[in-house]
Amino acid sequence: MSAVTVAVLTIAAIALIAGLGLAAAYRSLPAKEEDIAERVNELLPQTQCAQCGYPGCRPYARAVVDESAPINLCPPGGEDTVRRLAELLGRDVLPLAEPAPIGRAVAIIDEPACIGCFHCRNACPVDAIVGAHQLMHTVIESECTGCELCIAPCPVDCISMRKLA
Amino acid sequence: MSAPTYDLGTLHGGLRLPGNKKESTENPIYDIPIPKQLVLPIAQHVGDPAQPIVGIGEHVLKGQLIADPDGTVGAPVHASSSGKVVAIEPWPISRRHGDPAPCIVIETDGEDRPIERADTPPPYDSLPRDVLAQMILQGGIVGLGGAVFPTAQKLLQANTCEIDYLLLNGVECEPYISCDDVLMRERAREVIGGAQILMHALGLDVSYIVIESDKPEAVKALGVALGEIGDERIVLKQVPTIYPSGGEDQLVQLVTKREVPSGGLPTDVGCLVQNVGTAVAVYDWIENHEPLISRVTTVTGNGVAMPMNVRARFGTTVADVINFAGGYTEHAKQLIIGGPMFGRSVTTDRVPIVKASNCVLVMSEPPAPGPQMPCIRCGECAEVCPIMLLPQQLFWYACADDEKKLRVHGLTDCIECGCCDLVCPSHIPLTSNFRVAKGRIQELADEKARAERAKRRFEARNERIERDQREREAELAKQKSEAKKAGPAAIAEILKRKQQKDDD
Repeated sequence: MSAVTVAVLTIAAIALIAGLGLAAAYRSLPAKEEDIAERVNELLPQTQCAQCGYPGCRPYARAVVDESAPINLCPPGGEDTVRRLAELLGRDVLPLAEPAPIGRAVAIIDEPACIGCFHCRNACPVDAIVGAHQLMHTVIESECTGCELCIAPCPVDCISMRKLA
Repeated sequence: MSAPTYDLGTLHGGLRLPGNKKESTENPIYDIPIPKQLVLPIAQHVGDPAQPIVGIGEHVLKGQLIADPDGTVGAPVHASSSGKVVAIEPWPISRRHGDPAPCIVIETDGEDRPIERADTPPPYDSLPRDVLAQMILQGGIVGLGGAVFPTAQKLLQANTCEIDYLLLNGVECEPYISCDDVLMRERAREVIGGAQILMHALGLDVSYIVIESDKPEAVKALGVALGEIGDERIVLKQVPTIYPSGGEDQLVQLVTKREVPSGGLPTDVGCLVQNVGTAVAVYDWIENHEPLISRVTTVTGNGVAMPMNVRARFGTTVADVINFAGGYTEHAKQLIIGGPMFGRSVTTDRVPIVKASNCVLVMSEPPAPGPQMPCIRCGECAEVCPIMLLPQQLFWYACADDEKKLRVHGLTDCIECGCCDLVCPSHIPLTSNFRVAKGRIQELADEKARAERAKRRFEARNERIERDQREREAELAKQKSEAKKAGPAAIAEILKRKQQKDDD
C-alpha cells in the first residue's frame, strides 16, 4: 500500500469518527430551543409578575429565546438577571426597561376590610392567598413573590405592598 | 493532683496575640447587685426567639420561666430576679449593635425571692440520656463561649451520631477575655461536675478539658479538683497559646488530630465541644436547680477604671456593669460586647448583658490601620489562615462578586478570625470583605430557593387550572352526548313543557 493510500484512509477514518461524534452530540446535547428556554427560565426570578408583558416567567423565557422579546424586560430580576441572560445567550447587556424595585415586598390584606370576593385568590400566580367565598382571605407571606397581581382585582382596595426589612 | 497532658495535633497558621488578660484576672469574681430594672431579650440564643408567657403587670419570681422556646431550635428565658413585668417592648441589644429587639422588662423588688421547686428530680445518673437532655433544655442553657447554640439540641443531635470525645473548651484564645479563666480557678469542681453530667448525657467515657498554656492558675485549680474527685475519665489537656485555637473546629483538630470536614460539624468526626462555662451552668441547673440567669463577664480595656470579672444577672445593662467597675476613664472611645476580634461594637451602653455577653470591652480609638494599598501577593494571609484558605485569592473573587469561585475556594468555611487582616502589609480589610461576600452568597442561595419554590407553585397552579378546564369540557361533552342519545322525542317533550309554561 502506498503512503498516499494510507494517508487518505486515515483521514477518511478520522472524518467518519468525528462525524459520528458530532451527530451523537447533536442528538443528545441541549441544542433545542426548549432546553435553552428552560435555562433562561432558571435565571428568571420566578415572581410570575407579568411585568414583562408575558403571563409568567416561562412564557417570557420562550419569547427571549426565539428573539421576539429583549432581555431587559424583567424589573424584579434587576441588572444582575440582564447580565446573566446576556452571558448565557451571547447578547449585549441592555439597561433595564423599567427600574428594578428596591428590596423585597409582599402583599398584605387588610383583613377587616376584606369581603371575601375571591378575586385576588384567582389572580395569584403562586397560590399564596388562602380564603373561601364570603370569608376573609389572607396572604401566606413566605410564598408571596411580591408580583402585585392581586392589587388591581381587589374591589375594596384592601391589599397593599409591605417592604420586608 | 493530675497533671495536664500535651499529646497534640497541629494547627495551621494562627497568631500569637498580646493577651491583655492580666488586668482583669487580679481580682476574684464580684457579684453585681440586683439592678432596679432587668431587660431580658427573648432571643438570646441561636434559633427562633422564645415567646413571652408572662403579661405586663404580672409578678415574677427569680428563676421563673418567662419565655418559652418556639420552633425546633431555641431555649427558654427565665427571670433573673423577682419583680414585676412592666413592659414587653423593643430595646437596644448587643447582637444588633445597639438596634432594638423585643425584650421583657422587669422592675425588680429587691427581695430576689426564688421560685419554689416543684419536686426533687431523681439523681441525673439514673435518667435516660434523652430525658437528661430535655431537662438541660428546661434550664435555658446555651453555649456560653459566645455562639449561644442551645446545649440540649447539641446533645440531642450528638446522640444521633457516633461520639468518641467530649471536649470542654477552656482555651479562651481571644485577647482581653478572661471570664472562663477565672471561672475555672474559682469553680473547678463544678466544671468537672458539669463534665460528668454531660458525659452521662452523651454516654461517653472520655472527656478532655482543654486549657491554653497562659492560664497556669486554672490548670492548677482543675488539677487539684480532679485529684480530689478522682474521676479518671476526665483528662486535662494543655494547648499552646495561639489564636484562634479556641474555635470549635480548631480545638478538635488540635486535641484529637481529626479535621472537621468542610461544612460539617465536630460531631462528624466524633467530637462534641462545650464551653467550660456551659458545663458549670449544666451543673448548677441539674444539681442545684438554678436555671441560667447569670454569667461571668469580663469588664476590661483601658476605658474602664477597674478591669475585673463580674457575675452579672442577665438583663443588667452594660452601663450598670461599667459603673460597678469604677466607670469610664478618659480613654473610653468605643464599646465592644465580646472580644476585640469577634465582638460587636455597640452604639449605646443601654444594651443588657445576655447569655452571649462574655466580655464588655471599652477601648480608646484603635490606631488607624494606614491607607489600604493594592495586594502584593505576599502570601502572608495564607500562612496564618487556620482553615488553610487563600485569603488573597478569595479577596479577588469577592471584589469580582464571583459567587461560584468563592464557593470553590471555601469562603463559607472562613471563621472570620481576622488573622489575615492583622498580617496584611497592604492593610486590606479582608475579613470585612469576606463577611459581606458571605452575606451575598447566602442571599443568592435564599433567592434561588425562593424562585424554585415559586416556580413549582406556579407550575402546579397551571396544571390544576388545565385539569379543571379539561374536566369541565369532558363534563359538558358528556351532557351533550346524553342529550343527543335521548333523541328528538325528549327534545319535543321539553319544548312542549316550555310551550305550556308560556301559555300559562
